[in-house]
Amino acid sequence: MNRTKVDEEEYWNSSKFKAFTFDDEDDELSQLKESKRAVNSLRDFVDDDDDDDLERVSWTGEPVGSISWSIKETAGSSGSNHEGREQLKSRNSFSYAQLPKPPSTYSLSSFFKGRTRLGSFQSLSDALTDTPAKSYAPELGRPKGEFRDYSNDWSPSDTVRRLRKGKVCSLERFRSLQDKLLLLEEAVSMHDGNVITAVLIFLKRTLSKEVLFRELEVRQVALRHLIHFLKEIGDQKLLLDLFRFLDRTEELALSHYREHLSIQDPEKRKEFLKTCIGLPFSVEDAAHIQDHYTLLERQIIIEANDRHLESAGQTEIFRKHPRKASILNMPLVTTLFYSCFYHYTEPEGTFSSPVNLKKTFKIPDKQYVLTALAARAKLRAWHDVDALFTTKNWLGYTKKRAPIGFHRVVEILYKNNAPVQILQEYVNLVEDVDTKLNLATKFKCHDVVIDTCRDLKDRQQLLAYRSKVDKGSAEEEKIDAILSSTQIRWKN
Amino acid sequence: MAFHHRPDAPELPDFSMLKRLARDQLIYLLEQLPGKKDLFIEADLMSPLDRIASVSILKRGRERHREKHQSAASCTPCTGDMPASKQHEVDKLYKVENKPVLSSSEQLCFLVRPRIKNMRYIANLVNADKLAGRTRKYKVIFSPQKFYACEMVLEEEGIYGDVSCDEWAFSLLPLDVDLLSMELPEFFRDYFLEGDQRWINTVAQALHLLSTLYGPFPNCYGIGRCAKMSHELWRNLEEEEDGETKGRKPEIGHIFLLDRDVDFVTALCSQVVYEGLVDDTFRIKCGSVDFGPEVTSSDRSLKVLLNADDKVFHEIRNEHFSNVFGFLSQKARNLQAQYDRRRGMDIKQMKNFVSQELKGLKQEHRLLSLHIGACESIMKKKTKQNFQELIKTEHALLEGFSIRDSTSYIEEHIDRQVSPIESLRLMCLLSITENGLIPKDYRSLKTQYLQSYGSEHLLTFSNLRRAGLLTEQAPGDTLTAVESKVSKLVTDKAAGKITDAFSSLAKRSNFRAISKKLNLIPRVDGEYDLKVPRDMAYVFSGAYVPLSCRVIEQVLERRSWQGLEEVLRLLNCSELAFTGGTKDDKAPSESLRLILVVFLGGCTFSEISALRFLGREKGFRFIFLTTAITNSARLMEAMSEVKA
Repeated sequence: MNRTKVDEEEYWNSSKFKAFTFDDEDDELSQLKESKRAVNSLRDFVDDDDDDDLERVSWTGEPVGSISWSIKETAGSSGSNHEGREQLKSRNSFSYAQLPKPPSTYSLSSFFKGRTRLGSFQSLSDALTDTPAKSYAPELGRPKGEFRDYSNDWSPSDTVRRLRKGKVCSLERFRSLQDKLLLLEEAVSMHDGNVITAVLIFLKRTLSKEVLFRELEVRQVALRHLIHFLKEIGDQKLLLDLFRFLDRTEELALSHYREHLSIQDPEKRKEFLKTCIGLPFSVEDAAHIQDHYTLLERQIIIEANDRHLESAGQTEIFRKHPRKASILNMPLVTTLFYSCFYHYTEPEGTFSSPVNLKKTFKIPDKQYVLTALAARAKLRAWHDVDALFTTKNWLGYTKKRAPIGFHRVVEILYKNNAPVQILQEYVNLVEDVDTKLNLATKFKCHDVVIDTCRDLKDRQQLLAYRSKVDKGSAEEEKIDAILSSTQIRWKN
Repeated sequence: MAFHHRPDAPELPDFSMLKRLARDQLIYLLEQLPGKKDLFIEADLMSPLDRIASVSILKRGRERHREKHQSAASCTPCTGDMPASKQHEVDKLYKVENKPVLSSSEQLCFLVRPRIKNMRYIANLVNADKLAGRTRKYKVIFSPQKFYACEMVLEEEGIYGDVSCDEWAFSLLPLDVDLLSMELPEFFRDYFLEGDQRWINTVAQALHLLSTLYGPFPNCYGIGRCAKMSHELWRNLEEEEDGETKGRKPEIGHIFLLDRDVDFVTALCSQVVYEGLVDDTFRIKCGSVDFGPEVTSSDRSLKVLLNADDKVFHEIRNEHFSNVFGFLSQKARNLQAQYDRRRGMDIKQMKNFVSQELKGLKQEHRLLSLHIGACESIMKKKTKQNFQELIKTEHALLEGFSIRDSTSYIEEHIDRQVSPIESLRLMCLLSITENGLIPKDYRSLKTQYLQSYGSEHLLTFSNLRRAGLLTEQAPGDTLTAVESKVSKLVTDKAAGKITDAFSSLAKRSNFRAISKKLNLIPRVDGEYDLKVPRDMAYVFSGAYVPLSCRVIEQVLERRSWQGLEEVLRLLNCSELAFTGGTKDDKAPSESLRLILVVFLGGCTFSEISALRFLGREKGFRFIFLTTAITNSARLMEAMSEVKA
C-alpha cells in the first residue's frame, strides 16, 4: 500500500458539513439517468452482447432490463396526485365489518373482534352486544371443521404454537388475568417476537393500561416488545404514559424530544424545543437541549437578517459569496463557520458575531480557532489569520501562539491555497524540527527546508534536497552557496 | 498468491436451488391473483429480487424458463406458447414510495417487507380508491413473513378483508457460492437495540429449510442470547415436523451460530482486505457495487456483480490491499503478452484466436481495468482521509496503548467535522476496548460531537448506550458487579425493578482480558508478511485476529466449549453458549469439513476473508449465513437517529 502522506485531509472541503455546498438535488432523476447509462454503457464497453457467463446480464444487456430499472421507467411516466393523508384518515371510521370478509382465511378480527374504531378499547358491554364479529362464535352453528379453529380448547402453549404458524386462533377465551399472563409467558418462552407482539396487542386491548403496565414491568422481554411496538405504530401518548409509569424519566424526555425531528417549520420547531427544556433529562443533556433551543432561535434571527441583506444586494460579502444554503438547523460548528465567514468583524453585541456565539455556547478555544481559521483562510483573509495567532504580552511584544498546534494551521492554510510566503511563515513556527522539515518539504517551502538543514548541519540531507529543486533556480543557488560555505561545520 | 483451496477441501453444496425455490414460490403467489396486475415492490426488495428473477419472468408468469445451471437470473423466457400463463401477467412495476401513484390496473399486488409504514401506504391507496368509488383487487405479499402488527394496522385502517395477504418465505439469498444472506439489515437494530425478537422465527425457518434441503447438521455450536433462542425455536420446528430430514445424509457437518454483540470490535474496524475495502468505500449492495465514473474512467457508472464468477475479483477479494496492486499489474502484463501473441499469427491461427480466446481476454481486460480503477479510487480517497494515521489509531486502541493520544485524535476528528459516522465509530471502538469511556472524556466528546454534528444526536448517544456500544465507565466498577450479581440471583421480575435488564445492566466488554486470553494481538518479531499470511490477523494488517473468528476456530478445534469457560465469562456468555446437533455417526467425513457459520446481526467481509483463510489452512470450507452484510458504517447508521 502506498503510504505516502502526499495529501492530507481536506478539512472543511472534505467535510460533510462544509459551509455551503449542500447539493440536495433529488437523486431520483439522476438515478434513472445513471441506471440507463449503466445499461447502455456496458454493451459498448464489452462490445459483444452474447451472454456473459456472469449474471451481469440481468443488470445490463437484456432489453427488459433489471427489475429496478424497469420500475424507474414506470415511475417516470406516472403523474402526481396530491391526495392528502389527513383526508384519508378521516375515513377510517368506515367499519370493516360491512365489508366482505374471507371467512376461511385466518383473521385477526376473529381474536380482536368487535373493534371497529381506531384506538377504542372494547368494554365488556360491547363484547356482549351483537356485533358482526360474533358470528364467529361457535354456538352460531359453524361447521364442525371450522369449529375447532375457534374452539376454546387450545391450551396456552397450543395457542402460541398456532400463532407462530400463522393459523387461526382466537384469544378471546383468555379472559382472566391469570390466563392472559400464562399466554404471554408461553409466548415469551417460545422466543418468537411476532407472537409476543400479537399477544401484547390482545392484552393492550383487553386490559386497562395500569394493569398492563404493572404486569409488564416485571416481564422485561414482553415490555421491550410493547415499547418497540408503540414506537412503530406511533402511539406516542401511550408510550409516554408507559415511561411515566415505569419512572423511566430520561427515556420519557428523549422520546418527547424525538418528536421535534418531524417538525419542519423552524418557528414551530423552536416552540416545540422550548417545551423540552423543562423535561427530566440528565443534567448534561438538559444543557444540550437548552443549547439546541438557543441555537435555533439565533439561526432564525440570522437567517431572516441575512436573507434580507443578500436580496438587497448591497453587502459585498453576500454578492461575492452568495449563500448556498440556509443556516437553519445546522450544527453549532457550522453556524460558527458561517458567522466567521459572513459576520467576522461584527461587535460582540450582535447575535451573528462569532465572539457572541463563542461566549453563548462556551465554545472551546481550540474549536473556535480551528473554525475561524478555516473560514478566514477560505476567504484568503491572511491578515485575519495572522491576527488569530498573535498575542501581545504586557510589554507590548507580540508573540505567535496556536492552541491547535502550528502544524495543523499549516495544513489548513495549504488546503486553502495560501501563498508560499504565508505558508513559510507558519511552517517556521512549528516547534518540532522533524515535523517542520516534513511539512516544509511537503508544501515546497524551500527556504525553510534549506535553512533548517543548515541549522542542523545536515549536509547529506541538503545535498539530497538539491536534486529536488529546479535547475538554475534561486533555491539551487542558495543551496550551493551554503554548501560551499566554510563557516559551517557539517555533521556529515 | 490468490486463495487456492487444498485439493482435499470438500465441495460446496449447490445453493442455486434456493434461488429457484424462491422464484417458483413467488410465481405461484402471483398466480393466486389471476389476470393482469400492477406490482408494487418495496425498494429494499428490488435488489434481492433482481438476483433471482428478471422482469420478463414476472411478466410472463410460470413458463418453461429453462435454467442454465449456474446463472439462474439470466434465463430467457420463451415466447407466447403458453396461453394459460398470459393471465398471470404483471403489467407495470412500481416502487413503493411515499408518493401517490396512478395505476389504472384493476388488480394491485404489493410485494413488501412487513413494515408498518408499508401498511399505511397501502391503506391510503385502498381508502383513496374507496373514496373515489373504485373497486379493485388488492394483494399484499409479505417477505419473508407477515407480522401481526401489520395486520392490525390493516384492520385499524378499515381495509382488512379488502386486501388478501400472503407470505413469500424468501429469506435465503445466495450472494455467492459460499455466502447466503437474509438481506435483513434491520435485524441488527430490531434485536440489538430494541430487543425485538420478531426475526428469530425467520432465522429458525431459514435453518429449517437448510436442513430440509441439505440434511441435518450433526454438530451444532452457538454463542449469544439470540443464537440460543434461534436454536431452540429451530429445534422445536424440527420436532414438530419430524421426519422430513430423517434418513437424509448430512451434507454440512457443523453449524455455528454467533450473535453480533459477542464481537462488536471486529465489525467496528476499518477493513483492509480488498472486498472489505470495496464495501467500506463503495458499499456493496446485495452482492453488487456501483462503480462511479471515477472508477470506470468514463462518464458513466457501472453496476458490477462481485462474486466468484468474476475471475479477477475472485483472486484478490481476500487479499490484503497492499498485495492487490502487485497482483493486478502482473495480471495486466500477462494479458498484454497474450494479446501480443496475435502478431505473427497466420490466418488460421488468427481465426482460432478470435473465436476461442478473444472473448475471454476481452472479458478479463474489462474486469482488470475495473478493479484497477477501483484501486486507484480507493487509494485516492484513503490518502485524502489520511488513512495511515487512522489505522495507527485503531491499532493503538486494539492494543491498548497511548489511549490519551487516541482520544485527542478522535476529538480532532470531531472538531474538524470529519464524517459523523467515522467519529462515532472511533468513539465506540474506544469505548468497547476500554470498558467504557471515563466520565470526563465521555462528556467532553459528547458535547463536542453535538456541537459539530447537531444536537439531535443526543438520541444517537442514547441508542448507543442502550446497545452497549458507547458507554460511560461507572464510578467504581464494583457497582456493576453487584448489579449483575443481584440480577442473576433474583428473577427477571426483581431485576427489572433495579434497572432495565437489557440495557444498563452495564455489561463490561472486557476486551483487553479477552484479547489476552485468546491471543488476539499477535506478537510479531519483525515485519508481518502480508503476502504470506500466517494467521487470520492478516485481515487487519497483522495487528489483530478477529475475535469472532478466533472463537469459532477455538470451538471447532475442541468440538465443544470446554476449556473456554473463562473466555465465556469475560464475554458475559457463560449461560449463552451451547452445543447440540443430531450426532449422526453416519455423517460422511467430507461433510465434517464443511461448516456453516451463522452471523446474527450481520457479518463483515473481513470476517469472511479470515475464515476463508482458516478454512484453507485446515482443509475446511466455510459457508456463511448472515442476516445481512455489515460494516462499521452500517452499524453506526443503524444506531443513528438522524438519517444521513
